[in-house]
Amino acid sequence: MKILVAVKRVIDYNVQVRVKEDNSGVVTDNVKMSTNPPDDNAVEEAVKIKESGKAKEIVAITVGEEKAQETVRKALAVGADRGIHVKVDGMIEPLAVSKILQKIVDKEKPDLVFMGKQAIDDDCNQTGQMLAALLNWPQATFASKIEVKDKTLEVTREVDEGLETIEVNVPAIITCDLRLNEPRYASLPNIMKAKKKPIEQINAADLGIDTKPRIDQIKVEEPPKRKAGIKVANVEELVQKLKNEAKVI
Amino acid sequence: MSREVMEYDVVIVGGGPSGLSTAIKLKQLNPDINVCLLEKASEIGAHILSGNVFETRALDELFPNWKELKAPIQTKVSKEKFLFLGKEKSLSWPTWLLPKVQQNHKNYIISLANLCRWLAEQAEALGVEIFPGFPASEILYNDDGSVKGVATQDMGLDKEGNKKDSFEPGMELHAKVTVFAEGCRGHLGKELIKKFDLSKGKDPQQYGIGFKEIWEVNEKNHEEGLVMHTAGWPLDKNTYGGSFVYHAQNKQVYLGYVIGLDYQNPHLSPFDEFQRFKTHTAIKKMLEGGKRISYGARALIEGGLQSLPKMYMPGALLIGCDAGTLNMPKIKGSHTAMKSGMIAAEAIIDHIKESKNLSVYEEKFNNSWVYKELHKARNVKPSFSWGLILGIIFTGIDQILFRGKLPFTLRHKHADHETLKMADKMPKIDYPKPDNIITFDKTSSVYLTGTNHTDNQPVHLKLKDPELPIKYTLDKYDEPAQRYCPAGVYEVQYENDLPKFVINSQNCIHCKTCDIKEPSQNITWVTPEGGGGPKYGNM
Repeated sequence: MKILVAVKRVIDYNVQVRVKEDNSGVVTDNVKMSTNPPDDNAVEEAVKIKESGKAKEIVAITVGEEKAQETVRKALAVGADRGIHVKVDGMIEPLAVSKILQKIVDKEKPDLVFMGKQAIDDDCNQTGQMLAALLNWPQATFASKIEVKDKTLEVTREVDEGLETIEVNVPAIITCDLRLNEPRYASLPNIMKAKKKPIEQINAADLGIDTKPRIDQIKVEEPPKRKAGIKVANVEELVQKLKNEAKVI
Repeated sequence: MSREVMEYDVVIVGGGPSGLSTAIKLKQLNPDINVCLLEKASEIGAHILSGNVFETRALDELFPNWKELKAPIQTKVSKEKFLFLGKEKSLSWPTWLLPKVQQNHKNYIISLANLCRWLAEQAEALGVEIFPGFPASEILYNDDGSVKGVATQDMGLDKEGNKKDSFEPGMELHAKVTVFAEGCRGHLGKELIKKFDLSKGKDPQQYGIGFKEIWEVNEKNHEEGLVMHTAGWPLDKNTYGGSFVYHAQNKQVYLGYVIGLDYQNPHLSPFDEFQRFKTHTAIKKMLEGGKRISYGARALIEGGLQSLPKMYMPGALLIGCDAGTLNMPKIKGSHTAMKSGMIAAEAIIDHIKESKNLSVYEEKFNNSWVYKELHKARNVKPSFSWGLILGIIFTGIDQILFRGKLPFTLRHKHADHETLKMADKMPKIDYPKPDNIITFDKTSSVYLTGTNHTDNQPVHLKLKDPELPIKYTLDKYDEPAQRYCPAGVYEVQYENDLPKFVINSQNCIHCKTCDIKEPSQNITWVTPEGGGGPKYGNM
């Protein structure tokens, strides 16, 4: 089996994100960037499947500007075999990403496509689903457990009601939840080795895909500041405030 | 336990201005040399914090075409001010009366973190292998006692030091020469100074703690290129320190405060002094309507030439502020750090090619402009041990009349951990509560640093005697760690009226102040798991 894993470069989850003063977006200059956390889980799972002997090759792919390559390099350092970087500058939406991934799937012919359930920057949660639609492949989203069987996968999904277990036929798209596994560290020797693994660079324009955004972003604002809380003296006062001021009971 | 080993010609510990300059210079002198650089931060620049008014002298030598190469150096200093602050009033000191070392008209206001990111790009383009997220945690020695290299930190240990499922052993990096460039109070540098007795015959090192905030201010309060320094309020006359206010690009103001760690009152809280400083009318009116976007703190070197240890030993060199090359009266250390790194590279090439002894580094250093600069500057900091007024008068005579050429050298008498007086003998200081507009508490400040350490890892702030904080330091000094730590790592909590010393190591912003100031030297800072600590942007 061959697995394609998609990874995205986002602002590191520890960084306090700041809105640009002109409300045109968030500040990314000189801000620490990392791989989108659930994408790390997707890579980890693919590597585990390969280690169990059920997959032969892992190809890591990213779509984005020059520096997005770092995320592919990291995937290579934890066990992916080779990388693909589809170069696009500027804002790129899930539909364009899934169209690019579709082209790459046509070319690479993987049996499985793994990716994170959503990216922590735009929180779209659409790319996997759109790709499944474009390829007309089955999808298993929010996977927190994956069992590889003969020609099928048994996937446990995190849903509102609890856990749902489904079976999908291969080829399939799987989007991964943070609960799926604990990503390993990239060790220094493996990072050194990863520097020698190949990354193929493709320009999005050469794939013949129109990556222009379909959404007009009007403005980006910080969420309103929370008001300071108050202390109530007793239960009666609390009930009274909830009833008359907050009007929630 | 067997670890993987890699051999390099040169291994550099630390990706600041000095280490990166060594790496670049080495590759410029010999493109075939193998150079590896380790950095504990998650990326180059993320642990860099500095004012910074930058003198380009060293960079001009390293990259004469730095403008073409688009170095992030744009804002030329256009105006200078020096204020003496009283509680309400301020007195402006004419700049022509400032010693020449404090005049900045040829310099630039920069973010040192961004300059380091740029230097790292240049270094990588020259073929230097840079590995961020990998702290060197251990020095390796050859049988003959010379330095063999370093080992990186093990990853995936739990609180008790047991291996988790994710455990990855550290790696050994062996080199012909290992260069230590960890910055002020590097934890390996400290070990080397002790082991090779490098500070023999030198004065005890002197340190300061520097704070920095970046503010986005109202357009009408912003004057790009303005450099302002203040002395005086809120510090008392016996505490060495002052502020910097640099108007950078994009309506940003780099605002900071430096306090000498030789302060005597254990009730003093450097963080709160900095916050209080911002409430002075001269400063407050500039910040009003603005927004604080970054915060950070870092210890810095103040000892100068008298405290500079020997910088070479068998198999290794100590460069930049890991040794202590900052020029205190200039309030600058980046250009001297870079130059010391470049000199190190030249010495290493001579050492490898012509098997010259590494002492060639000291010869080259002593013949360089860095040495001359530091020699001129040597008497300024120690004169302030007589108090602010006498310090200023002496500095005027020393720097303006004699241009640093007085025929004697003042000494530093005490190490910073020896200067605290007993808590019951010193006045308590009542700091105003933060208003969350101009002044803030430590928690909301640390939040801005993006600091994180993986939980469930060994505590990286080690106590030699775990009982000492409560049994001794609390009683004698009211446990000053609660106040000198700029990130609220140390707390004394009371449970059933019994005091308990708590270390919130996940908040640590790697400033090293505790390692310096703890009166019994009971706290040792060691490297946490790689990538931990602050994630500074353009500090």
